Amino acid sequence: MSQAVELTGQTGVVVRSHVIHKVLRNPMGLIALAILAVLVTMAVLADVLAPFDENFADIASTLAAPDANHLLGTDSVGRDVWSRLVFGARTTLLSALLCAAVAIGIGLPAGLVAGYYGGKFDGIAGWFVNILMSLPGIIVLLTVRAAFGPSVWISMIAFGILLSPGYFRLTRTSVQSVRNELYVDAARVAGLSDRSIISRHIFSVVRAPIIIQTAMVCGVAISVQSGLEFLGLGDPTVATWGVMLSEGFKNVYLTPTLLLWPAVAIGLAVGALVLLGNAVRDALEDGEKVKQRKRKAAESASATERTTPAPAKVRQARGAVAAVESGTEHHLVKVTNLGVGYPQADGSIKKVVDDVSFHVDRGEILGIVGESGSGKSQTAFSILGLLPGTARIVGGSIQFDGNYTVAPGEEKVSQERLTKLRGKRISYIPQEPMSNLDPAFTIGYQLVTPMVRVLGISKAEATKRAMKLLSDVGIANPERTFQAYPHEVSGGMAQRVLIAGAISCEPDLIIADEPTTALDVTVQADVLDLIRDLQRRLNVGVILVTHNFGVVSDLCDRVVVMQNGRLVEEGPVRTILREPKDPYTQMLLSSMLEGKEPMTMLVSASAKEAVK
Amino acid sequence: MVQFIIRKIAAGLVVLCAISFLTYFLLYFSSSNIARNILGEYASQEQVAQKETELGLDQPLPARFLDWAGHSITGDFGRSWFTGEPVATAIATRLPITLTLVIAAILLIAVLATVLGMAAAVKRGWIDRVVQTGAIVGDAIPGFVLAIILVTLFAIQLKLFPATSSIAPDAGASAWAASLTLPAIALVINGVTGGAQQVRSAVIKQLERDYVRTLRSRGIPEREILFKHVLRSAAPTGLTVLSLQFIGMLGGVVIIEQIFALPGIGNLAVQSTTMGDIPLVMGVVLYTVVIVIIVNLLVDLINGWLNPKVRVS
Repeated sequence: MSQAVELTGQTGVVVRSHVIHKVLRNPMGLIALAILAVLVTMAVLADVLAPFDENFADIASTLAAPDANHLLGTDSVGRDVWSRLVFGARTTLLSALLCAAVAIGIGLPAGLVAGYYGGKFDGIAGWFVNILMSLPGIIVLLTVRAAFGPSVWISMIAFGILLSPGYFRLTRTSVQSVRNELYVDAARVAGLSDRSIISRHIFSVVRAPIIIQTAMVCGVAISVQSGLEFLGLGDPTVATWGVMLSEGFKNVYLTPTLLLWPAVAIGLAVGALVLLGNAVRDALEDGEKVKQRKRKAAESASATERTTPAPAKVRQARGAVAAVESGTEHHLVKVTNLGVGYPQADGSIKKVVDDVSFHVDRGEILGIVGESGSGKSQTAFSILGLLPGTARIVGGSIQFDGNYTVAPGEEKVSQERLTKLRGKRISYIPQEPMSNLDPAFTIGYQLVTPMVRVLGISKAEATKRAMKLLSDVGIANPERTFQAYPHEVSGGMAQRVLIAGAISCEPDLIIADEPTTALDVTVQADVLDLIRDLQRRLNVGVILVTHNFGVVSDLCDRVVVMQNGRLVEEGPVRTILREPKDPYTQMLLSSMLEGKEPMTMLVSASAKEAVK
Repeated sequence: MVQFIIRKIAAGLVVLCAISFLTYFLLYFSSSNIARNILGEYASQEQVAQKETELGLDQPLPARFLDWAGHSITGDFGRSWFTGEPVATAIATRLPITLTLVIAAILLIAVLATVLGMAAAVKRGWIDRVVQTGAIVGDAIPGFVLAIILVTLFAIQLKLFPATSSIAPDAGASAWAASLTLPAIALVINGVTGGAQQVRSAVIKQLERDYVRTLRSRGIPEREILFKHVLRSAAPTGLTVLSLQFIGMLGGVVIIEQIFALPGIGNLAVQSTTMGDIPLVMGVVLYTVVIVIIVNLLVDLINGWLNPKVRVS
């Protein structure tokens, strides 16, 4: 039943026709396009649609009410409101297009060059952009008008120049991000000229954002142009919506409808452009979302079956929980038939953890091993109660020290229960040390605050303990590290800090999610030694999530192997290492590098030199 | 830090000089008929020539610019060609009105956008939909059209506020409040809708960062994570948005002042540019650019203070 969705995801690269299709299917996009179509028709067929000349004044009937002759009445000098509205559409739309064209004409090439080649041009362009961006638009336009006279077109050219930084920045950022992509390198190596790389690879990237930007720019241009005309600074012989608005405002006590029509026209035009921009953006983001989901699905491959929530299955799982439960209170953590899933757009739930059971005791290190996408981190985060907001527990239970944190049948991890445990009894060592410290606060602050909040001790006391912790985790100069900001220490040091933080409130369970993956090999061994040391000293239980059997054999007492969300094998670490039963475990073990013959070089050193 | 400020101020001065020259250069083209305009149709050719000499219009452009710049550095911006009022005085009497309006509006926007954006990002649900829809509606209605609607509705139809205010600098606070409320509302509505949306995305981006999860794992209360860590990390984005809105407002206020008949700087800008009163135009442009430079400097300073990487170096 979910086939259709799968297929749209598989089309991969978002094609432009695809986007247009989506915009048309979005009611907002459709309405916006319809309004714009009407306005464009008015502008193109103005000579046919307007019964009078825009400046023809029938002095006999001023401020007249609508009648057969004057569809929307007349203004204070007897000009036909409908005719002026239609001719106004022409001027307004043309001026918006002119403005956008000028802005694109300057911003796009400059952005391409600055983004692709960088260097001096980038610097100079950046300086101009900063100046242009810090100018209040209308003041500049007033000055331009003082210099060159009241022409709509000159104002719009000037405004286009003022808006060109938007395109410049957009193009420059897109180009910069693409420039270093591998396929662009490949194209360069293949001998494509810069020009064809830009037109073929880079242009396709900036095209969509530029369409969005143009819709927005046209909207802004229309409102600014109308604003200038409203101020009475426009050319009085040209009918524009702004002039009409100004005329209406002067007669607001006599005939308020004079104000209504141009205001409606401006509102509709600007609104339609904004809606169109949003619809295109939504269509593009939708495409990206599908792509992203596709990628995640690919990562976790076949086990992530798409199932509509099957009540029977869930109930069955619950039944199993009830049977296992009694007599397991002594386990520090017990995970029973756990299932974690993410609801999809089509209403099904994609399972990333499926029927996983294991337990950890005090003083024990359990390894959870598997490739990325095997569900091992999701399992760990369910115990911590830190799954993303969209995640659902689709089956099973988790108990900690004899109490449920996720009782059978519950859909979400109870934050109320876990808030009391997190930090105090369960703690966490993350994978990537740098991104897990708040860059805006000192390391000391980030160590002290949890202790003050969780243990209720004074700041001075907590500071003393933090110093001790820092030297415990092998940091040579605790004072200096305490006062440092995260960006001032190395990755290995930051990981030690995070480990210090994890043990600061004397937890019973530490969950370490790939604690050494992001570190240099030499630091890895140190950090593993540290975890083992602490675990023995404090007699805590540890769940170590990793893809590395080397780490497991070094550290763990028992190990569970996960593949595609399921548990495939469990046992004491020696048994699993010596006699792996499951073929997947065997494969993982055989892919280890330890104890293997060094490989011979594929290309000889001299050949490599020749390539260079 | 001091070096950082000095560098920023120096960069600001360069920009100021560049813009002054550019503006002066642009206005040069408009000054051919100015003496005749000042004196009226019936002035004799000699009178016009004499006036031109008096205004320095017979000098070449570089000489005129240097003369103007030399006086400006000493704080003497000249006098209006048409009214003879010193430029500095003309600006000083109007500046309080515009600045009160714009600063009040930007402060309100800052508070409202932060509250709404945070609520939308954290609570999601209906308030999120309101903020997102509001952002589109706010984009779709130009600020001055909104102002016109407000005037028509609240001042002309319901008569809750004065439609055309004539506030003097020495008028009481209540007169100012009555005159500025509606224009401020017009500016605020337009700013808040976009601002809240930007704060929302910035907060959501921060909430997804790894360190937020780690803070949660450490047992830090959710409220503290939100207000101390997330809000602080989202602040630079919010400040940048606010500074851009402030700059935009200095322009937008020109039309707003016209609609509400406020005698502010915007009003002066329209008058002086329509007549080609070069000393006044230059004064208005200089004042605007200086304010923009000050705002940008403030934002840089606050961001530097928020970001330890900049602070330390």
